[in-house]
Amino acid sequence: MIQKFDAVEKEALESLEKEQNNDIPQIYVGCATCGNATGAQSVVQTIKNKLEREGVKAEIKEVGCIGMCFAEVLVDVIKPGRPRISYQDVTAEKAEEIIDSYIINDDHRPDLALGFFGEGGPEDVERIDTGDVFKNQQRVILKNCGVIDPENINEYIARGGYRGLAEALEMKQEGIIGVLKDSGLRGRGGAGFPAGRKWESCLKPQADQKYVICNADEGDPGAFMDRSVLEGDPHSVIEGMIIAGYTIGSSKGYFYVRAEYPLAIKRLRKAIAQAKEKNLLGENILGTGFDFDLEIFQGAGAFVCGESTALVMSIEGNRGWPKPLPRPRTTEEGLWGKPTLLNNVKTFSVVPQILSKGANWFRSIGTEGSPGTAVFALTGKINRSGLIEVPMGIELKKIIYEVGGGILDDRKFKAVQTGGPSGGCLPDDKLHLSVDFDTLVEAGSMMGSGGMVVIDETTCMVDVARYFLDFTFEESCGQCVPCRQGTQQMLEVLNDICEGRGREGDIEHLIELGESIIKGSICGLGQTAPNPVLSTIQYFQDEYEAHIKDHSCPALVCKNLIVYHIDEEKCTACGRCRKACPVEAISGEKKVPHKIDQELCTKCGICFQECPERFSAVERLTGKENLAAAARGRLTDV
Amino acid sequence: MFKVTINGLETEIEKGATVLEAAEKVGIYIPTLCHHPDLSTFGGCRVCMVDTDGKIVTACRAPVADGMVVKTDTEEVRQVRLSNVELILASHNEDCQNCTRNNSCRLQEVSAFVGINQERMSRIRRSVEPVKEDDSNPFFHRDFTRCIQCGICIRTCEEINGVAAIHFAFRGFHTKVSVLGDKPIKDSKCESCGECVVRCPTGALYLTRPETPEREVESVCTYCGVGCGIKIGVRGDRVVKVDGNRDNEVNRGDLCVKGRYGFDFINHPERLKTPLIKKDGIFVEASWDEALDFIADKMSDIKAKHGADALGGISSARCSNEENYLFQKLFRAMGTNNVDHCARL
Ligand SMILES: Cc1cc2nc3c(=O)[nH]c(=O)nc-3n(C[C@H](O)[C@H](O)[C@H](O)COP(=O)(O)O)c2cc1C
Ligand code: SF4
Ligand code: SF4
Ligand code: SF4
Ligand code: SF4
Ligand code: SF4
Ligand code: SF4
Ligand code: FES
Repeated sequence: MIQKFDAVEKEALESLEKEQNNDIPQIYVGCATCGNATGAQSVVQTIKNKLEREGVKAEIKEVGCIGMCFAEVLVDVIKPGRPRISYQDVTAEKAEEIIDSYIINDDHRPDLALGFFGEGGPEDVERIDTGDVFKNQQRVILKNCGVIDPENINEYIARGGYRGLAEALEMKQEGIIGVLKDSGLRGRGGAGFPAGRKWESCLKPQADQKYVICNADEGDPGAFMDRSVLEGDPHSVIEGMIIAGYTIGSSKGYFYVRAEYPLAIKRLRKAIAQAKEKNLLGENILGTGFDFDLEIFQGAGAFVCGESTALVMSIEGNRGWPKPLPRPRTTEEGLWGKPTLLNNVKTFSVVPQILSKGANWFRSIGTEGSPGTAVFALTGKINRSGLIEVPMGIELKKIIYEVGGGILDDRKFKAVQTGGPSGGCLPDDKLHLSVDFDTLVEAGSMMGSGGMVVIDETTCMVDVARYFLDFTFEESCGQCVPCRQGTQQMLEVLNDICEGRGREGDIEHLIELGESIIKGSICGLGQTAPNPVLSTIQYFQDEYEAHIKDHSCPALVCKNLIVYHIDEEKCTACGRCRKACPVEAISGEKKVPHKIDQELCTKCGICFQECPERFSAVERLTGKENLAAAARGRLTDV
Repeated sequence: MFKVTINGLETEIEKGATVLEAAEKVGIYIPTLCHHPDLSTFGGCRVCMVDTDGKIVTACRAPVADGMVVKTDTEEVRQVRLSNVELILASHNEDCQNCTRNNSCRLQEVSAFVGINQERMSRIRRSVEPVKEDDSNPFFHRDFTRCIQCGICIRTCEEINGVAAIHFAFRGFHTKVSVLGDKPIKDSKCESCGECVVRCPTGALYLTRPETPEREVESVCTYCGVGCGIKIGVRGDRVVKVDGNRDNEVNRGDLCVKGRYGFDFINHPERLKTPLIKKDGIFVEASWDEALDFIADKMSDIKAKHGADALGGISSARCSNEENYLFQKLFRAMGTNNVDHCARL
């Protein structure tokens, strides 16, 4: 069997060699959804046209996301015998320039370059892989993303792909589970359940049919880790699922992918077909007599359908409602009542590497309790947003200030939100905490499936809580009272607080509600929905109080609690704000300081942005007194 | 048998029983809203929560375990129950006075039990979804402002009547009980059996003619040969309501649309109370003896003149099997096999 795989590998390498001409420049364009959204496809087209026009030979590859979303569109060029140079923020024009300067001539354009990978790059360009972005990262799950052409199985195989499967097929089921258990792998879908134990409990039951399901619902707002893996390295997930099928004795697997991920679906389809062609999937895999087939099921994008029992209901054609306890375990009675193994995209994708490199290798990364790496979608008020992969146990501080390059515009850090709508916000004095499943939960947040939003002083914490509650309110399935009614109630209270209708006792009301919702809800959605509120109250109660007692929004965000005002002393009557105001609320003439008519002002904030920084005459005021003065039309008296 | 201790009271109950059943056995009240003994459990209202061995669970679903210790009145239990009921009331029509279920409402009962009070409710933001009432059915209306999404009607329709005309539609806070395509219920496959109305714990499903009887009379439905046991609700000499008789072995309380709602004919001014015989072109009231003699004479005549096969009998679905047996016997005795039944017409 291993010989069979050796032959498959050999053939893949040979055809790669044939396809790939290393004597000509290689051009990589990041064409995941993030890249495409910033125009990667038109850049690819421009490059193709330009090369043809110029009669230059070069190989173009559309690769997945390498994680540096802040710099997209990313174009990497490898000239024969040279290191890989990355160009950032590439537009069609810049792409033409790069071809002219670097590919046709030999000017590597340090002005456009982000940096280079590997040794021996030009001195006037930074080295990326040892720089801040990558030096703290460890690419395990994402090792192929942005590096290989995801639509070419041969490239995956060339980087060690499917060897894990070949090795697994030589092993006994219990042996594979043993390795997983030794590795300490915990599910990457959020809760961190030990994968080995889950696989074992699915191996035990006797059944004529078992199923393997990959949870690619990824419903957290702002999260796109799973999408990137599917778009950038689909074979790793497929390989993991085949191994799972072999281990638990299943011949059928499903991808549950949200329909909003068309590119991921397209790449998966292609990958499945390619794996079948090579007899790595389908009937009699590598001549072992083991059959395994994969089907893609497109979800309609309900967050709750990421919950395992709701997901199963959804595939069965039912309403996507989680099953209340007590209920049979999915591993014993899951899809169509059969034992079902359900894991997250990243969980499956790392399994092949664990099998080929060993449990100890995996344990050598991360912490004792949470081995391996964590993938985060790093966003918010941060200099370098993007997809990152760090070893578990890294300090939050390091992620934010080194990998992420610190806070945007050098503002003050306020909080970091992890775990999406199920998680919480951690303040400054928690930044020393290490990132792993257990530490974050202790601090009132959680790993979740991997969103990390950085919040600075210009963000209102009540507004942040409201944002997440609005999400869970919309996404509650409506089955149980605490979540269906409770998220709505919390949202109403938060709306009131943000809009100046907060009442004394609201904070206690929110805390009490939150505790009841956590205790009373059926599924994880409701059981975690209050977390963003409770954690912001825990760490930022003063902001809540300011809103309620003084109708003041310290971050100057909540529209109803701020007024725009022009400081007469500072105003030079330049007239910019007057011209820009969309509702003509600003009056004034040359040499006469300008004034805002509060009745007309819609608080759009345009005047604030328009007023030149050197004048800074437009100010935002908040608090009961200012609001009352504005209502009387006599703000200047304040 | 499992031994269970509830609030210090010990009881034995068979494996598979729920905590709720065990509590009932020792006479401890646990508030429930979405539970109905005729139906499968749902577990959505979360007001039946109790503490079992330190874990908070829904009593209606949780199975007993041997040696289990149940507490129904811990601080935590009280808090979760109270909060859940407050939350239900937050989006519930406040007008009990104008509700048909005032004083027989489960939500009122549970609210009173958990201790709903004005002071706490004043913190709650109320918002009742302004969904229009469905008044398309002549026998009952659906008032969504009084619906608590307990799903009892849905399970009733599926499990008792086997029709499944209704289900939950939409999501989250906007979840409502709906027929296919969110149409008026008259445009669905609903058979108007009224079983859901009987079980609805609130005034969300209410009778269009809600009259409370002053007394009840046990009887048997006259509509068909099944012979469902009914309880006829009477006021004065008027029939104002028909309920299924749960003690009757035939139907155990279930009825169809005719038996439950088709009682208008009883007090109808045009109802025939005696046989009529046409004399000189006009129908004239007659006694049963007169009418039967008249029929017997006519049939004998026809048989004598045209033979027995000129006669035929059509029986009724309202008759019992025994009656139908006698009916066909009668016609065969008269010499013909021409016997049929309205159900085939
Ligand atoms: C409301 C809700 C949404 C969830 N969404 C996802 C999701 O999008 N992707 C995911 O992998 N797990 C999600 N989960 C977790 C799954 O229920 C399940 O634990 C996970 O997929 C198991 O895989 P793992 O063991 O590999 O982590 C969600 C859970 C809840 C309660
Ligand atoms: S907690 Fe929310 S999402 Fe989960 S079952 Fe209850 S209503 Fe549905
Ligand atoms: S905030 Fe907007 S509407 Fe108000 S004065 Fe400024 S520009 Fe005009
Ligand atoms: S833009 Fe600033 S300085 Fe110019 S008129 Fe407006 S407030 Fe005055
Ligand atoms: S259903 Fe009717 S009686 Fe019951 S609480 Fe609602 S309005 Fe009051
Ligand atoms: S009246 Fe009968 S058929 Fe109609 S919805 Fe209710 S239970 Fe179903
Ligand atoms: S109509 Fe009545 S039975 Fe049906 S869900 Fe609403 S409250 Fe429950
Ligand atoms: S009665 Fe138990 S959850 Fe509703």
